[in-house]
Amino acid sequence: MSNVATNGGSAGAISAATNARPLVIREVTVAYQRKPVLLNIVLDIPAGSLVGLVGPNGAGKSTLLKAIIDMVPLISGEVLVFGKPYRRNRARVAYVPQRETVDWDFPASVLDVVLMGTYGQLGWFRRAGAKQRAAAMQALKKMGIEHLADRQISQLSGGQQQRTFLARALVQQADLYLMDEPFAAVDAATERAIVLLLRQLQSEKKTTVVVHHDLHTVPEYFDYLVLLNTRVVAAGATQDVFTENYLQKTYGGKLTLLEEVGEAMRLRDGGTP
Amino acid sequence: MFLQRWASQIEQLFELLRDYNVRIVLLGTTLLGVAAGLIGVYLLLRRRVLIGDAISHATLPGVALAYLWSTSHGQEKSLGVLLCGAAISGALGGIAVLLLRHVAKLREDAALGIVLSVFFGAGVALLTVVQRIPGGESTGLEAYIYGKAAAMTPQDVWLSATASLVVLLTVGLAGKELRIMCFDAQLARSQGWPVLSLDGLLIGLVVGVTIIGLQAVGLILMIALLVVPASSARFWTHNLNALLVISALLGAVSCASGTLLSAAYAGLPSGAIIVLCGCFLFMISFVFGTQRGVLWRQTRIWALRREQDQQHFLRAAYEVLEARGAVPDNPAELRTSQAFPLTALQHRRDWSLGHIRRLARQLTAANLVVYSGEPTVQLTPRGLLQALASVRDHRLLEKYMLSETEAGVGEADREADYLEHGLQPEHLAELSGTLAPDPTKPVLPSPHGLEIPSRDTES
Repeated sequence: MSNVATNGGSAGAISAATNARPLVIREVTVAYQRKPVLLNIVLDIPAGSLVGLVGPNGAGKSTLLKAIIDMVPLISGEVLVFGKPYRRNRARVAYVPQRETVDWDFPASVLDVVLMGTYGQLGWFRRAGAKQRAAAMQALKKMGIEHLADRQISQLSGGQQQRTFLARALVQQADLYLMDEPFAAVDAATERAIVLLLRQLQSEKKTTVVVHHDLHTVPEYFDYLVLLNTRVVAAGATQDVFTENYLQKTYGGKLTLLEEVGEAMRLRDGGTP
Repeated sequence: MFLQRWASQIEQLFELLRDYNVRIVLLGTTLLGVAAGLIGVYLLLRRRVLIGDAISHATLPGVALAYLWSTSHGQEKSLGVLLCGAAISGALGGIAVLLLRHVAKLREDAALGIVLSVFFGAGVALLTVVQRIPGGESTGLEAYIYGKAAAMTPQDVWLSATASLVVLLTVGLAGKELRIMCFDAQLARSQGWPVLSLDGLLIGLVVGVTIIGLQAVGLILMIALLVVPASSARFWTHNLNALLVISALLGAVSCASGTLLSAAYAGLPSGAIIVLCGCFLFMISFVFGTQRGVLWRQTRIWALRREQDQQHFLRAAYEVLEARGAVPDNPAELRTSQAFPLTALQHRRDWSLGHIRRLARQLTAANLVVYSGEPTVQLTPRGLLQALASVRDHRLLEKYMLSETEAGVGEADREADYLEHGLQPEHLAELSGTLAPDPTKPVLPSPHGLEIPSRDTES
């Protein structure tokens, strides 16, 4: 991944302002077993926006978040977080994975899990102390579950699990938040709490990208929208992008030629899973 | 007579402890138990148990080859060389699993099965070769398969001590790093932790503990020493630090007792006895463990069921009073209740008279009911309050079901009967906010009316 300054050409023109831009994605392509999951993604997320990342199942939404934080290899392109590659700007980003990705039977309390958010800043071998505990309690309070601090995580409801994960992200005190389906299968009260949190983050000039499934709530929740289906179908202010035409293009049911070609790439390779 | 035999056997065990060799072996295996108990917790939490098993089986060809190498170079059998061989071939086994998975695209279980059996098979074949060469019949290499703690030397004890020290230091220093990797590798990666190297560290420690445990426990049973104490400890605690301490303790106790038993009854294989001791501790934990043991869990379930029955009793009592017109418009004004016959409750619930009497006695002990064996019963002021709360919850839920679901009156009653025990304060606040906005009337009228005396005629 080359840096902005050395990229030359058209990139040079925007390099001066790029430091303030929370997330710039340039022509990123990602493939699993050669089948493209993300194709030529170009995005420039405005600072302080609350972004909905929407698309059908298998559109590559989660993969896009993972591509941003270096968790999947890029075939081409680059991602800049506040003007630098992610690995040089980790402290400014907090990632919230889908909550089913962890074992909730793990021997830990809610506070233990939230404290994990501070591990990155702590660095090797240093333990969380009183300062980190206070920050974690503060984050739990923000999510309305400070009374659950000592609760075993195996005894949480789905909504409480999600709030725990969000508190863990809050304690990282990042400027860019990447959330993978925080609204999936949560109770109404938790949904309201998450919306409140998103609004608050926006009022603090933070940028948040949220993978979202429920189209009904998109215009209410997000002011910037990215419609994704392997490629970026449309990206921009929600009122410009949330149109029947674009949604039809994103969700248009039948297998498109591009998908068939992608599948053929995988099969040509031997078709191993 | 029986006691005397026990006493003399225990005396024998203490007699054994005077033997320097026994003390050495005991120390060695106990330290090994601590190391395996500690690292086993992380192996279990990272779900890498079967890799541990494959690695321990994969050490055998290394042991045999190392022996062949040292004899062909005219050296005596040296422990260092043998263990180096074991470590190298164990590590190769681990790498083979990774290759099969990521290059040959096999499933993990298939890859593990192949590596475990092929390496072990190669080891057995090589052992036969060893036994054919002159002087090879009495090498004692079989001890590495089944374990022979008595063969431990002071040198082995030093190795065990080093291993447990290294494991202790690692867990003490990098406990936080191992914890985040085991719980949420994605978060760990996003924070920049080298998950691959941490996994490598974990597996490396497992290989280290395994090869040191080869002599005492043997490669077939080594996996038990890693998994059984950690799994047993899980019954006692939900806290990772406590889990580590308990697992190390259980590992130490099973190793120490197994070693002593196998020393007391010559001929008992130490590895097997150590594992059986661990298994015994597992059974104890499984039954009596204070967090997940079946006994406590069952007790909690019984207590909950009793509490539910008591609530149903109180609610039924209130409904009896209501049906008799013994409740004023504002039930909060009610100070004492009428006495009413126990049999009236029988009409409201499918309970035997014996069960009702038993509940009445329990509630009397809790000062919620006055009952002293006569055919009638009376609620105390506290009992009335609780009954009131129970009726309120039930009817709120009933009304909610009737308005929000397709349930009929009878269904709503039965479903509320079950669900009312799960209501949390926040649910109640929400329900009473929408369904009973009038605070002066805390109790809703029953949707099925009071003239319906029994549950059977409702539907």
